[in-house]
Amino acid sequence: MPANRVDVTDDAAALLRTLAADHGPLMFHQSGGCCDGSAPMCYPAGEFRTGGSDVHLGDLEVAGVPQPVPVWMSAAQFEYWKHTHLTIDVVPGRGSGFSLEAPEGVRFLIRSRLLSDEELAELA
Amino acid sequence: MTKFAAPGESGSVVTFEPRYDHFIGGEYVAPAKGAYFENPTPVTGKTFTEIARGTADDVDRAVAAANGAAPAWGRTSPAERSGVLLKIAERMEANLEKLAVAESWDNGKGVRETLAADIPLAIDHFRYFAGAIRSQEGGISQIDEDTVAYHFHEPLGVVGQIIPWNFPLLMATWKLAPALAAGNCVVLKPAEQTPASIHVLIELIADLLPAGVLNVVNGFGVEAGKPLAQHPGIRKVAFTGETTTGRLIMQYASENIIPVTLELGGKSPNIFFADVASAKDAFYDKAQEGFAMFALNQGEVCTCPSRALVQSSIYSQFVGDAVERVGAIKQGHPLDTDTMIGAQASNDQFEKILSYIDIGKQEGAKVLTGGEKADLGGELSGGYYIQPTVFEGDNKMRIFQEEIFGPVVSVAKFDDYDDAIKTANDTLYGLGAGVWSRDGNTAFRAGRDIEAGRVWTNCYHAYPAHAAFGGYKQSGIGRENHKMMLDHYQQTKNLLVSYSPNAQGFF
Repeated sequence: MPANRVDVTDDAAALLRTLAADHGPLMFHQSGGCCDGSAPMCYPAGEFRTGGSDVHLGDLEVAGVPQPVPVWMSAAQFEYWKHTHLTIDVVPGRGSGFSLEAPEGVRFLIRSRLLSDEELAELA
Repeated sequence: MTKFAAPGESGSVVTFEPRYDHFIGGEYVAPAKGAYFENPTPVTGKTFTEIARGTADDVDRAVAAANGAAPAWGRTSPAERSGVLLKIAERMEANLEKLAVAESWDNGKGVRETLAADIPLAIDHFRYFAGAIRSQEGGISQIDEDTVAYHFHEPLGVVGQIIPWNFPLLMATWKLAPALAAGNCVVLKPAEQTPASIHVLIELIADLLPAGVLNVVNGFGVEAGKPLAQHPGIRKVAFTGETTTGRLIMQYASENIIPVTLELGGKSPNIFFADVASAKDAFYDKAQEGFAMFALNQGEVCTCPSRALVQSSIYSQFVGDAVERVGAIKQGHPLDTDTMIGAQASNDQFEKILSYIDIGKQEGAKVLTGGEKADLGGELSGGYYIQPTVFEGDNKMRIFQEEIFGPVVSVAKFDDYDDAIKTANDTLYGLGAGVWSRDGNTAFRAGRDIEAGRVWTNCYHAYPAHAAFGGYKQSGIGRENHKMMLDHYQQTKNLLVSYSPNAQGFF
């Protein structure tokens, strides 16, 4: 399998199926800063305006979700995160920000691991 | 030591209602869609009240009520508004313990802090803005002998305020006091993690404000916060939170061409120069406490001193002593006044902190103390507790670059002044910083060289009104906690007046 920067757990994929059924195509933007910073924020595709200051980390292909779910992060933040692989997971919680899943009583959460040298070379 | 009875137990100083609706137009009204959500206390994880789940319909109703009240409230005299703020402060002071326990129960923080910091600071904040609005001056500019420009402050009208969960009452106050002092009406959305304590405050002060001046719509960000931020009936949005939502709020504000103030957090450096350890005296003790300040409010502070930078010549000794100090932090029941560190505010916050501790370990940071969740046993086993944690590592690690928002500090050493400043400024954020030195020149220069809005110098985590608070870089826009915040809630009206009887000469 080719190296990638971002992935999704089975539980998070199931939640994405529910959200896609309710809201249509989806996107993620990884937050930074305080309070709910460091949380991946899930929006209807196009709700959050990405631009030149953002990096596209990859697209999540989720069975049962018709369109791939792009994952974005600000380029400045990416500089500090680029050596790590991200997995979007979900935990019970209250959520915050304007992320779509919060009213479901759950919260997307980032789990991280270090990218291997081979992966980094492939992604470079 | 005092242990307050938990809300719901006999003898508790606060009783929560089983359910809270929205506060709109001076009364409690049920949500348009009729839905509620459960609100657990982080102390035990058990639900203690339920909260109206607001939607766009409720926001519309609140904005309409606020717009109805705005013309009359905006025309009240500064003396009248000041008087209202003073009465709010008085009411809060008379109910200090009630508010403090309500805040602890809703948020999980130790009552030791709410009694000594959160609520007294909020009280003082209302008093400060009561004074600031009385002393605010307009301006007169003499353009020429016959022409004068008069500058008047006018309220914006109706403003939207989205409040974070880390200091629910104090952060609401930071936003409410200047907005109300300046003559605005407010639609406020509390955080869904901590939606209850604001209603204890509303019950205390509702009779002091004309109907519609202050409205509270509860609910989730996407269902209630977003329609508030997007609403064409508001003239400004104030938000405290994180960067992605901050950007989204700016985006929504651009649709209505209204201003925003944003406080989006930081990754604050706390710099200890070698001379701190030149004597084992009171100042050394103070600096040691300054290191341990990362655990204040369980680390859930936008200015948490979560990067400690210690000069290499004193590193082993200073950090060794500091780890001992951290080990003495008493973790326990938040309603016990001896407890120094309570519960994290929510389960997802708890999980997030653990995920950061995990990546810190993976990146090779060394755990000097803590590094695990804490099971405090009994009823507290259901709550969200984390051991105060000290990591030793490198500023490039993610635990040095992201606001974990937990009781976790990452420590690194520096060799000289330039090295310290370079590392301190190697961050996306610029909200707070700490500088510790016995040498006034070093401390002053460092304070000026650090790119942050607030540099605590030989102190930390003090938040007095009359000291401006706000961020450089990605930490946000605006300065709270100071009379300059009035400007963020006011329009400027310029009357350009000619006192000349003669034509201008063009036509």
